[in-house]
Amino acid sequence: MARMSLNVEHHSVRALPSEKPIRLLDNAGHAVHGAAAGGFELPDTETLVELYRRMVVARRFDVQVTALTKQGRLATYPSAFGQEACEIGAISAIEARDWFFPTYRDSIALLTRGIEPGGILASFRGDWHNGYDQHAHRTASQATPLATQALHAVGLAHAARLRQDPIVAMTFLGDGATSEGDAHEAFNFAAVWQTPTVFLIQNNQFAISTPLSRQTRAATLADKAVGYGMPGYHVDGNDVAAMYAVTRAAVDRARAGGGPSLIEGVTYRIEAHTNSDDPTRYRQSRDVEHWKRRDPIERLEKYLVSEGALGESARAEIADAAEAVAAHTREVMTAEPELDPLELFDHVYARPRTALLEQRARLEAELADAATHAADHAGAAR
Amino acid sequence: MTATSTKRDAPEASAATQLTMAGALNAALRDAMEADDRVVVYGEDVGPLGGVFRVTDGLQQRFGDDRIWDSPLAESGIVGTAVGMAMYGMRPVVEMQFDAFSYPAFEQMVSHVAKMRNRTKGRMTLPMVVRIPCAGAIGGVEHHSDSSEAYWTSTPGLTVVMPSNPADAYSMLREAIESEDPVVFMEPKSRYWSKAELALPVRTAPMDRAVVVREGTDVTLLAYGPTVRTALEAADAAAAEDLSIEVVDLRSLSPFDDETVGASVRKTSRAAVIHEAAQFGGYGAEVAARVTERNFHWLADPVLRITGFDIPFPSPKLEEYHLPTPDRVLAALDTWEWDA
Repeated sequence: MARMSLNVEHHSVRALPSEKPIRLLDNAGHAVHGAAAGGFELPDTETLVELYRRMVVARRFDVQVTALTKQGRLATYPSAFGQEACEIGAISAIEARDWFFPTYRDSIALLTRGIEPGGILASFRGDWHNGYDQHAHRTASQATPLATQALHAVGLAHAARLRQDPIVAMTFLGDGATSEGDAHEAFNFAAVWQTPTVFLIQNNQFAISTPLSRQTRAATLADKAVGYGMPGYHVDGNDVAAMYAVTRAAVDRARAGGGPSLIEGVTYRIEAHTNSDDPTRYRQSRDVEHWKRRDPIERLEKYLVSEGALGESARAEIADAAEAVAAHTREVMTAEPELDPLELFDHVYARPRTALLEQRARLEAELADAATHAADHAGAAR
Repeated sequence: MTATSTKRDAPEASAATQLTMAGALNAALRDAMEADDRVVVYGEDVGPLGGVFRVTDGLQQRFGDDRIWDSPLAESGIVGTAVGMAMYGMRPVVEMQFDAFSYPAFEQMVSHVAKMRNRTKGRMTLPMVVRIPCAGAIGGVEHHSDSSEAYWTSTPGLTVVMPSNPADAYSMLREAIESEDPVVFMEPKSRYWSKAELALPVRTAPMDRAVVVREGTDVTLLAYGPTVRTALEAADAAAAEDLSIEVVDLRSLSPFDDETVGASVRKTSRAAVIHEAAQFGGYGAEVAARVTERNFHWLADPVLRITGFDIPFPSPKLEEYHLPTPDRVLAALDTWEWDA
């Protein structure tokens, strides 16, 4: 391995993020210029149409999975309805060679990254704790313990840097997760080691029921970046153009050796936390309605239509593609998975342990007994 | 103490040098880093200082700070980033400065280090080592003398080992670093300065096996880490009174070597387990239970636990009353009904 010093030149970032979120498209779908754009350029039309397509497909998938969950096909599903600009804008800014460290709310980002619905949803259906190949997709399993995966992203990015591989590790966190110690440790390690890591905080205003005001006293979550000496960006999280442009710049800087960035996307969780949550206990429906009028997909659609970049036939084609993903998801999730209880023992250690093999043999005998009883019952019934 | 603890790996006199356990661990890290450039070492003060116990002494000068470096002072960060490094194919060896300081890393250890292989059906593995200087008897102030082994051994997915002597320290650390699974490598601080003549690279029994370090016929003492010496001293004293004690150094706490322990217990028909940690819910409870379950008809008396009291670890001037001593071991053995 080539020698490479970790003693990076000491230069801290001290500029506060803008108090007004960076925005490239306003809610009416008009391009934003000047200071409000934070020095970022609107992505080209081709890119925006692709982001639109990905958001439409993602939402259709999300709505489908929520419906399947209500029908009892999944044990639980944390929806990202309304957060498509954050999820799709950011995940579209990294490449196949990069790594992604998601949370449980980021199923639509996984879909966009090319992971099969069955693989994404295996854990929510209850088949196994994870259902896709991390290495093949360069995507870690969806983390449930908040902010723990941010440290993995930093460690992986550091390892890649030591190997001089030009890859970036991106991780998503929620507003609640910024209160966890691991978030702070991850921000600090990344900044000290100057790892190629991009942290996206999706500020969707609630940690289950707890509002942001009970989570932090900071003016913006992006402000936290300053204390660690890395750049922070406060972004309109319902503007996919801004989310893509800002995360893409952070990814490019990280890849070029410029270190980590922290991006806050201000958005809103339209759905409940999961199907077992009751949001009427902690928020006003008028707030939800307010945020529904700031829908990220409608915003981009208005812009693209006004630019003449999204005709009827293109919209119909995209809607058809979304329906196909939904149909495929229904099909996959309606089939009963074939599970082998004995597989419980297969992946605990690299080498089988004698005591564990004894327990496996006991379960195997129980299963054989149960099968015999079932056969006897069936015989008696005849 | 007697030299029995190293008899199985007595080196060639001509090639041997005298090493402390800390020195043997240092040599193991050095040789592992030489052998495999995926091995990286980091933690608090492991760089220019060489660690507070000097286990990493001289390694940064030798390998450079892209192989071994001082991390920020945050144990969850240390273990959590090691997870990410192992995911990318490195073999991180990280140090928790004292075992009571490992607790901030508990969530990373239990929720990720232990579960990654299982969660991913073996597609993502974590070959990493978490070194934890452990236990007392060094006059440490509060939070410097804990015995945290039961927290780790009660977590499926973790391999937990603890050497008791310099030869095992070298051999087991090399094996831990070569392992495809994450290993919690516990180092008894009070044994860091114990010495042995070693010809490197010494390889002792496999890391997952217990070893009979002194043969006897009347009693089996099950010990690990710092209490192996306690058991050997008790055996010496008992020999003067015609009581023949066999001492088994468990070495591997998870997995537990039922075979070696069972063979010894069936031979002697009496067993006691010794550890510094508190008794209630401690590692000895598991040892006593499984030894009894598997060997009940060979046992003449109940399996005893000779342990620290069920109290928070005491201050330096009082720790001698807390820690198991050879006298306390022998007194416990007297409670059996020897004439029955």
